Amino acid sequence: MKGLLGKKLGMTNIFDRNGNCIPVTLVEAGPCYITQIKSVEKDGYRAVQIGYCIKKEKHTTKPMLGHFKLANTKPLRYLREFPLEENRKYKLGEEIGVNIFHQGEKVKVTGISKGRGFAGVVKRYNFRGGPKSHGQSDRLRAPGSIGSSSFPSRVFKGLKMGGRMGGKRVTIKNLEVVDIDEKNNILFLKGSVPGARNSLIEIRKV
Amino acid sequence: MGKLEVVSFQKLKKDIPEFKPGDTVEVHFKVVEGDKERTQVFKGTVIRRRGSGISETFTVRKVSNGIGVERIFPLHSPRIQLIKRTREGRVRRAKLYYLRNLKGKASRIKEKK
Repeated sequence: MKGLLGKKLGMTNIFDRNGNCIPVTLVEAGPCYITQIKSVEKDGYRAVQIGYCIKKEKHTTKPMLGHFKLANTKPLRYLREFPLEENRKYKLGEEIGVNIFHQGEKVKVTGISKGRGFAGVVKRYNFRGGPKSHGQSDRLRAPGSIGSSSFPSRVFKGLKMGGRMGGKRVTIKNLEVVDIDEKNNILFLKGSVPGARNSLIEIRKV
Repeated sequence: MGKLEVVSFQKLKKDIPEFKPGDTVEVHFKVVEGDKERTQVFKGTVIRRRGSGISETFTVRKVSNGIGVERIFPLHSPRIQLIKRTREGRVRRAKLYYLRNLKGKASRIKEKK
């Protein structure tokens, strides 16, 4: 399997064998279930669809219930597709756990970043803002000049200005799997992971 | 308790002695120098304990040759071999930052009876 779905639990730290303190994010990854295997004949491309987070039947629409019935799984909240691996047999309803990863492996992690609302340029683009003293007023977090005067007489497109920040799909590459807890389906990933706690996280093999 | 706590609590050290701010402790800390390892002893007053679970740390302060030295240790670090409480102090605060401004006789802490 090329990846898994999971839930961000939060950050803490652990100690490695040398006693170094390592910051880690705990991600509950799986158990995921295979809900559909897409083939060239039927769908035009090959992929495997997996689902995560069992939900109640009454929260599931009838069409989706039929989809899960075909795969012989419980209704699942999230469905995502992953590329097929050639030398592996897939079975509908098959359970996939964290054991597809191993310690020390590098992974790609995708999540929806925390929404910051309408953010200014200091927060959004790390601008420095204006001077705090020497006769300045109301320039503290201002962007400065946004262009010249008579030429071009307009503001260029794509200029960095305030606006909506966060709430976007963000991928972090090459996060190390520091530890694995197979019993609780938990991955210990070194460093931070996009998104709020309890949000959906996709973990992919590099 | 959330799953995060449940999992990280498994990694806690279980043999940590009881000690509080105001106590005088000896911390035996393993230091790696190149490829050699040796144990360093840091003796001083505990002025703070902060955090919880595996992230908990404590700060030890001592005055060495007239210069105040503070070291922060992660409580659950495997490099800490031993924490020995040599004296129990009586203090009325959880964080003893006021000791930084005191010296000599004024910075003494009463012993708990």
